[in-house]
Amino acid sequence: MATTIRKHRNVLPGFRLSLGYTILYLSLIVLIPLAATFLKTAELSFAEFWAVVTAPRVVASYKLTFGASLLGALINAVFGLLTAWVLVRYTFPGKKIVDALVDLPFALPTAVAGIALTAVYAGNGWIGSLLEPNGIKVAFTPLGVVVALTFIGLPFVVRTVQPVLQDLEAETEEAAASLGANRWQTFRKIILPAVWPALLTGFALAFARAVGEYGSVIFIAGNMPMVSEITPLIIITKLEQYDYTGATAVAVVMLVISFLLLLAINGLQWWSSHRHQASR
Amino acid sequence: MSGATNISQYSRYNAKVARSRATSEPAWIRWALIGVSLAFLTLFLFVPLAAVFTEAFRKGYEVYLNALIEPDALSAIKLTLIAAGIALPLNLVFGVSAAWAIAKFEFRGKSVLITLIDLPFAVSPVIAGLIYVLIFGLQGWFGEWMSEHDFKVIFAIPGIVLATIFVTFPFIARELIPLMQAQGKDEEEAGLVLGASGWQVFWKVTLPNIKWGLLYGIILTNARAMGEFGAVSVVSGHIRGLTNTMPLHVEILYNEYNYAAAFAVASLLALLALVTLALKSFIEWQTARQASDNEKRTEE
Repeated sequence: MATTIRKHRNVLPGFRLSLGYTILYLSLIVLIPLAATFLKTAELSFAEFWAVVTAPRVVASYKLTFGASLLGALINAVFGLLTAWVLVRYTFPGKKIVDALVDLPFALPTAVAGIALTAVYAGNGWIGSLLEPNGIKVAFTPLGVVVALTFIGLPFVVRTVQPVLQDLEAETEEAAASLGANRWQTFRKIILPAVWPALLTGFALAFARAVGEYGSVIFIAGNMPMVSEITPLIIITKLEQYDYTGATAVAVVMLVISFLLLLAINGLQWWSSHRHQASR
Repeated sequence: MSGATNISQYSRYNAKVARSRATSEPAWIRWALIGVSLAFLTLFLFVPLAAVFTEAFRKGYEVYLNALIEPDALSAIKLTLIAAGIALPLNLVFGVSAAWAIAKFEFRGKSVLITLIDLPFAVSPVIAGLIYVLIFGLQGWFGEWMSEHDFKVIFAIPGIVLATIFVTFPFIARELIPLMQAQGKDEEEAGLVLGASGWQVFWKVTLPNIKWGLLYGIILTNARAMGEFGAVSVVSGHIRGLTNTMPLHVEILYNEYNYAAAFAVASLLALLALVTLALKSFIEWQTARQASDNEKRTEE
């Protein structure tokens, strides 16, 4: 490494100290502990591992976790795009406050979000009492899980799409209009393709966040096995029964999926910024 | 992967584009879209936020205050402050050091390093707690050695601190890396040529340049550190008055059907979230103003 410094004639000091400390701290806090999960799973034979991670109750939890996360992310893609559009293009009273509050799910502790959503969507809550007479039960059902996961993923799409919409050149839209396109055609043919990578990135971020979410979900879900039990809760339940290898096996499945999502998101972000820069 | 939006994105937000009639919508469509968007935000954001405070004060101020000053609540508040107070400076030093290495130098494997720093955002908080149980728990790697030496990490404060460090690990580094990369290293090199030492350059040149980004990272880290639930829940053991943080205290009260007290403690955390958002907006406004000042200066 000393040779690279000399080659680039970088006169700034502290390269070895800062990089060394970065790698040491990263290894101690993140890499070595994460490796422990994979080593712990190695205590199981593959057949045992497979039996644990494909048990019916665990499979039911995957379906709920990924299904609800997907639905939540889709809701956020639609309404997040709309919200980003409204915040960038229009003016209305209180817009600045609304813009700031969009980040609330990042700042509000998940447990607080969980009990607040439960209070609002339970049968006697402000919104729940309006829905339940119409036969829609939200709290303590899988629908409650979707509501919680929509809440925690809400800022992602808005915040990835907003800067792209902001930077969109008015000239292309003017050109489209002068060539006879109506607003809807302009939106579909000009605006949507431009924000598409950012929209997809925001969607993937919201989805990835939702898959691992625990705090906001467990209060509103009701946590019935096979019905409204999410995968992170399965891990907790196994830990409480001192089934460490079982908990770790399920954790490894989730970790692998999360890593794949992280790679996909990195790819999407690269594509998005590439497109974003090329269009400028 | 998580809450980190970069302040650099906001620097262009002030630019207003004049729109002709051909490139905007009729008023009724505008208001319909605004209405739908606000209805969505109301259902999912505003109503739950309002519910926290309404539920907290439902039984009056006295019940509210008593819920905050009873010993278990006070010890939960204290532990939350301790955990954040340790995790924040450690991640601050790491973030600055990682950003210095990544932004100011070229080396092989840099993009891999950046991805690895992001890892904690991709990991479920429950798994973040689990990994430390596997290492420091009774059945873990160091479990036997630690029980012989009467040193506890799991179901004790060190475990809570470790879990908090893990979940807030990338925030400051992620905020600083793009900022310092954009700033380059010309100013630091100039300082060195003029005879300043490495530390002097860091304190007098680098730090003033990154102060808003640093502050941004700090408030995000702090909000997450004080609010973390899943990871801390796994390693805490929920011992009242000893290993309960504020979010865990909220859970216990809630599960005991003591809703007024649960929402009272929750309202403190919600207030922290609102202060965080206000500071965040202030910093974004500051950086946007600076950016437009700089633009004006270069135009002149």
